[in-house]
Amino acid sequence: MDGIMSKNNSEYLIERNDNIYEVVIGLEVHAQVTSNSKLFSASSTKFGAEPNTQVSLVDAAFPGMLPVINEYCVKQAIKTGIGLKAKINNKSVFDRKNYFYADLPQGYQISQYKYPIVGEGNVILDMPKGQKQVGIERLHLEQDAGKSIHDVDPSNTLVDLNRSGVALMEIVSKPDLRSPDEVNAYIKKLRSIMRYLGTCDGNMQEGSLRADVNVSVRIKGSTELGTRCEIKNVNSIKFMQMAIIYEANRQVDLIEEGEEIDQETRLFDTKKNETRSMRSKEDAHDYRYFPDPDLLPLEVTDEFINQVKSEIPELPDDKKKRFIDEFKVSPYEATILVSDIDTAKYFEEVVAKMGKNRDMKLAVNWITGELFAVLNNKNIEIARSPISAKNLAKLINLIKNGTISGKIAKTIFELMLDGDIDPQIIVEEKGLKQESDPKAIEALIDKIINDNREKAIEYKQGKEKLFGFFVGQAMKASAGKANPQLINEILKKKL
Amino acid sequence: MTEITSLSLFELIENIKEKKISSNEVAKSFVYRSEKSKKLNAYVTENFENCLKLSKEFDNKPNFDLKLPGIPIAVKDLFCTNEVRTTAGSNILNNFVPSYESTVTQNIWNQGGILLGKLNCDEFAMGSSNETSFFGNVQNPIAKDLVPGGSSGGSSSALAANLTPVTIGTDTGGSIRQPASFTGTVGLKPTYGSCSRYGIVAFASSLDQAGPMSKDVKDSSILLEVISSFDKKDSTSIDFKRNNYSSELTKNIKGIKIGIPKEYRVDGMPDEIESLWKKGIEYAKDCGAEIIDISLPHTSYALPTYYIVAPAEASSNLARYDGVKYGLRSSGESLIDMYEKTRSEGFGEEVKRRIMIGTYVLSSGYYDAYYLKAQKVRQLIKQDFDQAYNKVDAILTPSTPSSAFKIGEKSNDPVSMYLNDIFTVPVNLAGLPGISIPAGTDKNNYPLGLQIIGKPFDEQTVLNIAYSMEEKINYKNNITDWWME
Repeated sequence: MDGIMSKNNSEYLIERNDNIYEVVIGLEVHAQVTSNSKLFSASSTKFGAEPNTQVSLVDAAFPGMLPVINEYCVKQAIKTGIGLKAKINNKSVFDRKNYFYADLPQGYQISQYKYPIVGEGNVILDMPKGQKQVGIERLHLEQDAGKSIHDVDPSNTLVDLNRSGVALMEIVSKPDLRSPDEVNAYIKKLRSIMRYLGTCDGNMQEGSLRADVNVSVRIKGSTELGTRCEIKNVNSIKFMQMAIIYEANRQVDLIEEGEEIDQETRLFDTKKNETRSMRSKEDAHDYRYFPDPDLLPLEVTDEFINQVKSEIPELPDDKKKRFIDEFKVSPYEATILVSDIDTAKYFEEVVAKMGKNRDMKLAVNWITGELFAVLNNKNIEIARSPISAKNLAKLINLIKNGTISGKIAKTIFELMLDGDIDPQIIVEEKGLKQESDPKAIEALIDKIINDNREKAIEYKQGKEKLFGFFVGQAMKASAGKANPQLINEILKKKL
Repeated sequence: MTEITSLSLFELIENIKEKKISSNEVAKSFVYRSEKSKKLNAYVTENFENCLKLSKEFDNKPNFDLKLPGIPIAVKDLFCTNEVRTTAGSNILNNFVPSYESTVTQNIWNQGGILLGKLNCDEFAMGSSNETSFFGNVQNPIAKDLVPGGSSGGSSSALAANLTPVTIGTDTGGSIRQPASFTGTVGLKPTYGSCSRYGIVAFASSLDQAGPMSKDVKDSSILLEVISSFDKKDSTSIDFKRNNYSSELTKNIKGIKIGIPKEYRVDGMPDEIESLWKKGIEYAKDCGAEIIDISLPHTSYALPTYYIVAPAEASSNLARYDGVKYGLRSSGESLIDMYEKTRSEGFGEEVKRRIMIGTYVLSSGYYDAYYLKAQKVRQLIKQDFDQAYNKVDAILTPSTPSSAFKIGEKSNDPVSMYLNDIFTVPVNLAGLPGISIPAGTDKNNYPLGLQIIGKPFDEQTVLNIAYSMEEKINYKNNITDWWME
C-alpha cells in the first residue's frame, strides 16, 4: 500500500499524484438483541447449543406457522434507540425480504424496510483531538438467518437453524466516518451504549455484533459522495479496518487510472487481506419487499416510550460528565473508566468502598494500571476480576493512610490475586506493615551512613546522585518496609 | 344406516344427546357411505379406523355438554392435523405429516368432534373447480363429471353427498361460497380475524379465512360458534365479542335493510342468475326485510386487484416449500438445481402461474404499478362497503355468475376460471363475512346460490337473514347417489 496515512485529526487521507483523497465510511451494524427468546417465536437464543436444538415450528417455517412479535425485543430496540438519542417511531412495519437460501427457512427474512422502529439519532465519539458526532440514519428490527455449515460433511451442506429467527437490530450510520480509527471508536461506542442498556452483549466472537461496511473515496474538500462499495459481514474491528484501508486504496487506484468504480457488494478475504467482488449492482438481488401480511403494523404509544425512557440507566456520556464533576478525574481518565459498563461499575464500587478519605488518583491509577495489566495478561473481563473492588479499595486505603508503601502494595497486590485475599490480612500475616517510626528509621540510617562513610563524603562534596544509593540501602535494610518519605526527610537531614 | 347420514348436524347432536343413537353408529354410517363413494374422490386421506375407535371411546365416556358430542367431521386438507397427513392438494406436501394441530380443527376436537378424514381441494387452495389438485378431480354429486367448485371442492362434494355431516373449508376469494353454491349447500366465510389462521397452510395471508360448510344455515351457526376464537398464535386474529351464533339464531329479520348493489349486474350474466337474484329479493321482502338499492362503485376493480394481491402473497408464502426441511425433495447437483427440480416437480401449473404473477408484481420497478396500486384500490373497495353499511345492514348478491360447469370445460382458460370469483372476491378484499345459500336451480337442475354479505363481525345478522330466507326458499338437493358402489 503506497497510501500515506495522515493522522491529522482522525481522518484517513490518501495522497496520489498531488491529489488528496478522503475516505467516507458508513456502517450497517447488526447487533443481536439480548433476549431469552427469538423475535417471533419462543425458542431459546442461547449461544453454543447443539445444532437444531433451539428451533420451533415457526423458526423452521412449517406450513401454517405464524410469527408473533416478541414484545421484549421491541422494548430492547426502543431502549437502544433512546440510547442513540434517536426518534422512536410510533408506527413501524415489518416487511418480507424475499430470497432463497438453505438457511432461510421461510424463503424470506422478516425485516423493516420503509418504516423502521427507530429514526435519526447520533453518537458522540471521543477521538484524541476532540469529540466527533456521527449521525444515525435508522435502527430496525429483523430476523437472523440460520447457519450453513459447508465443512463437516464432504458432499452436503448442513444447516443449523438455532440462530434462525433470533432478533437483530440493524443500526445504520450516516456516511460520517472518515477513518479506520473512527470506525474503531464508533463500534466501541455503540457496543458500550448497548452494554450499558443491556440490549446487546456486543460479543463479536459469538457473532452478536457484525457489520457491513460502506466505503467510498473522494477528493478532500469535495462535497459529493463517490460511488460506494459495500463490504459484507465483517466480524471484527481489526478486519473492518484492514478492509477499509484495502478498499479505499483500491478505489483511489482505480480513479487515478481513470477508471470507474462499480457500485457492488464485496467480501473481505481475511487471509489475503483484500476485498473481492461478490456481486455487481446489476446482479443485485431483487428482494421484492412487501409488508408481511401475517403481522399487523407495530404500534407503540408515547406512554410506552416514556415508560422505557424512565428505565434508561445513566449512559457513558453522562457518566463521563459526572465522573469529571464528582470525582475530579481528567476527561481522558473518565473516557477510559466509562468505556465499558463493568469498568465503570468496578470504579464506582472502589470509590464507594474507599470511604471518606478517598484518593481518586490512586484509584484510577491502580485500576487502569495494575488491574488492567493483570486482566489483559490473563484475558479476563473486569466483571470476573480476581480482585474484588472491595479489596482493591482496602489496598488503596492502606497506601493512603501510610500503612504500606506503594512498592509493598504491588507485592501485596500480587498475593491478593490468589483468591481475592483481604490485603489487611496479608499485611498482618507477612508483617509488611510500613515502618513509620522516625526514631527507628533514624537508627537505621545512622548505621548506613556509618557503614558507608566514603560515599557520604562524596555526596557532601556534590555527588548528589548518591542520594538514591542511600535510599536504596535504607529500603533494603528495612526489607522495603520503611516509609520512603521519612527516609528521604531523615537522610537529607543527616547527610 | 343411510338415514343417519342425511340428518343435519343439529339433528345428529340432538339424537346423540338423547342417546337415541351413539357416536359410533354415526361414525359407522358416515364411514360406510364414504367407503362406497370413492368415485367422488372427495377424500385425500381417510381417517376412518381412527374415527371409529375414537367414537367408541366417546360412547364409553360420553360428554353431552360438548357442542359437537362425538360427531365425525371431515375437513379440507389445508388444515394441519396432528399425525394425520396434510397435503394442501399438492405433490410438494404429498407425504407431509404435521406434528401439530390447526387452531380451528383443535377447537372442533375440543368440542367433541372426531376427524373422519382430509378432503380434497385445489392445490394450495388455488382454483375454482378442484381441478388443480395433485390428487385428481372431484365429482360433484349433483351430476356426473360436474365440478364441485373450488377450492374447497372435496368439502362441498363430501357434504352434498352426505359423507360428512358438516365440514370446514377455507375461503381466500370464494373458496367456501362458490363450491357451496355449486353443490346446493351452505358455506360461510367469516370476518377476517374471526377464525385463527394458525396451522392452516397459507395461500394469501391477508385474505385467507376458515369457515363452516353445512347442509343448512343452523348447522353453519353451530359450527361457527365452535371454530371462531381469538388466538394469540395468529397476530391477525381479532379479539371481539363472539355471539352464541346458534342460540341467537332467529328468523325474525323484520325491518332489516338489505342492499342490492347495481354494479353486480355484470355484462354477460346469464338470465337465470339475474332471475335468481330477483327471486332472492322477493324472498327477502317476504321475510320482512327492506330492500334498498346501493352502489359499490369500485366493484369492477375487485377481480384484478385480487389477482395481484393474492398471487403476491402466495409467491412469498410458498417460498418455504423448497425441499430443504420437509416435503418433497428432488435431487439436484447444487442447491439451486435442487430448488428448481423440487419446485418444478412439486407444484402444479396453476400454482406456478400464480407464483410467477406474484413474483412479477412485487419486482422492483413493478411494485408501485401493481402491488401498491392494488392495495390502494383494495382500500377503495373497503370504503365502498363502509359507505353502503351506513344505509344497509347487509347486502344480497348472487354467489357466482354461473352454475357448476363440466370438468375440463374451463381448465385451459384461467381467465374465465378467475371470473367465477367475481361476486365473492370483493368480500375477501374487504374482510367481510359472507354466506352462500342454495336458492334455486338453472335449466339443468344444477344448484345456484345467493350470497348475503354482512358488516364486519356481524355474522349473526348474515346468519339470521340466511336462516329466514332459507325457510322461504325451501331448497332441496335432488341427489340420486349415482356414484355409489
